[in-house]
Amino acid sequence: MTTAPAIDCRHLTHRYGQFTAVNDLTLEVQAGETMGLLGPNGAGKTTVVRVLTTLTPVQAGEVRIFGFDSRRDTLDIRQNIGYVPQQLSIESALTGRQNVDLFARLYDVPRKQLRARVDEALEAMQLLDVAGNLAGTYSGGMVRRLELAQALVNRPSLLILDEPTVGLDPIARDGVWTQVARMQDEFGMTVLLTTHYMEEADALCDRVALMHHGVLQTVGTPADLKTAVSPSATLEDVFRHHAGEDLSEDAAKQGLREIRSSRRAARRVS
Amino acid sequence: MSVETGYELLRAPRGLNRVTGLLRRMGAFALVELQKLSHDRSELITRMVQPALWLLIFGQTFSRLHVINTGDVPYLAFLAPGIIAQSALFISIFYGIQIVWDRDAGILAKLMVTPAPASALITGKAFAAGVRSVAQVIGVLVIAYLMGIHLTANPLRIIAAMGVVVLGSAFFACLSMTLAGLVRNRDRLMGIGQAITMPLFFASNALYPVDVMPQWLRWLSAINPLSYEVNALRALLLGTPGNTWLDVGILLIAAVLGVAAASALLRRLVQ
Repeated sequence: MTTAPAIDCRHLTHRYGQFTAVNDLTLEVQAGETMGLLGPNGAGKTTVVRVLTTLTPVQAGEVRIFGFDSRRDTLDIRQNIGYVPQQLSIESALTGRQNVDLFARLYDVPRKQLRARVDEALEAMQLLDVAGNLAGTYSGGMVRRLELAQALVNRPSLLILDEPTVGLDPIARDGVWTQVARMQDEFGMTVLLTTHYMEEADALCDRVALMHHGVLQTVGTPADLKTAVSPSATLEDVFRHHAGEDLSEDAAKQGLREIRSSRRAARRVS
Repeated sequence: MSVETGYELLRAPRGLNRVTGLLRRMGAFALVELQKLSHDRSELITRMVQPALWLLIFGQTFSRLHVINTGDVPYLAFLAPGIIAQSALFISIFYGIQIVWDRDAGILAKLMVTPAPASALITGKAFAAGVRSVAQVIGVLVIAYLMGIHLTANPLRIIAAMGVVVLGSAFFACLSMTLAGLVRNRDRLMGIGQAITMPLFFASNALYPVDVMPQWLRWLSAINPLSYEVNALRALLLGTPGNTWLDVGILLIAAVLGVAAASALLRRLVQ
């Protein structure tokens, strides 16, 4: 039914001075798909997200979101996406409801539907009971769910999540992923998420794209990627296979530590 | 361009709808600032301390010295509108730091991904500075009445004075946010804010009439929007002769230019 891909990124290159953060990235995400963009810190994932969300202009290459040109149709793109940044970022001096209400107004939710849509988003994130409390009193997991409610209140066609579970304890992480999976099932929106928790991506994503040093190493379904390496391979093995010797020992240790801590949460979600 | 997809895609408002959309979003940001204020009203009270001290200590002492010729107007009455403008300046000039804080907390990036244009966000912040400053008008008026200073009791003139303060505050908040877009660093901005606040205050007619200034300071005063704000406030609250429409016009132009400059530089903050 869909002819325009949700994300159509061709030969995207982005530099910060002499440093190439993203190098000739070509990636297509179909409507309704959940795509995981994986890689260690510094892989270029956040730069890709910043370009896709129009926060950073396209330097070289071409980016289209549902056919809208990222250089020309910036406001059209913003009208159709929801975004949750890596950093926990809410207005702590406002209540949970007021935080979501602001985004509903910014996205032009019709006035008659405003309250119902805010309630719907808060309820989906199981925050309706505490909606009248100041957001500054929320726990990390609740803040993340509040951000998801903000991102969902406009019923976006594309939801972009940048490391949405970083810094959360396993229980909070479990809660966030349960909600993301439920929303995806319920609304059928396209989801692009970046993460370095490979098992979570394995459990939740239809396809994953592995990035390292700004270069897309490989893309495919978790099952296909793993089978191509070995019958018993994990996504960690796939990543090592493609990143090879370039994957520094430090990055590997960090990644593995975080993967272990996220394993239980991933099992619960799947 | 046709976009074929299974999703019901939304298009950004165009033409006149774009203007109304901009106004609605400005209103949304302004509402948020009012909501924040409603959760912490203590800020409004603590901000009253400084203008009260200026009137009670500086004002009363200087009115006894009789060194500043303010014509038929008693010095305390002459000073009161200047203190209102000064309080508004002190509130507004640090709005750039607040927006850098929003940037550091990740809030700004999230807002910049919404369809709200930068000008809506900047205008909302400018309005917030105005609302906080308006509270000063009320506070200084109350203190002035308690001290026996004869300021107008005409509600229309008081409302007009509030409008003038909103415009002045909007300009200085935008000046601060423009500087934030240039320096992009909270500590540096704090230093600049402190460096420019007192020169802006002293190079205006808030404390003394322009007539007593040396020529070079008169030139500075003539390009300082604070002087026009004080002129308009004196005309409205004291009934001193002046061209209030010209003062308001200059403040309006300054505020519009301030919004344009701060909006143009806002994206630099999140790059």
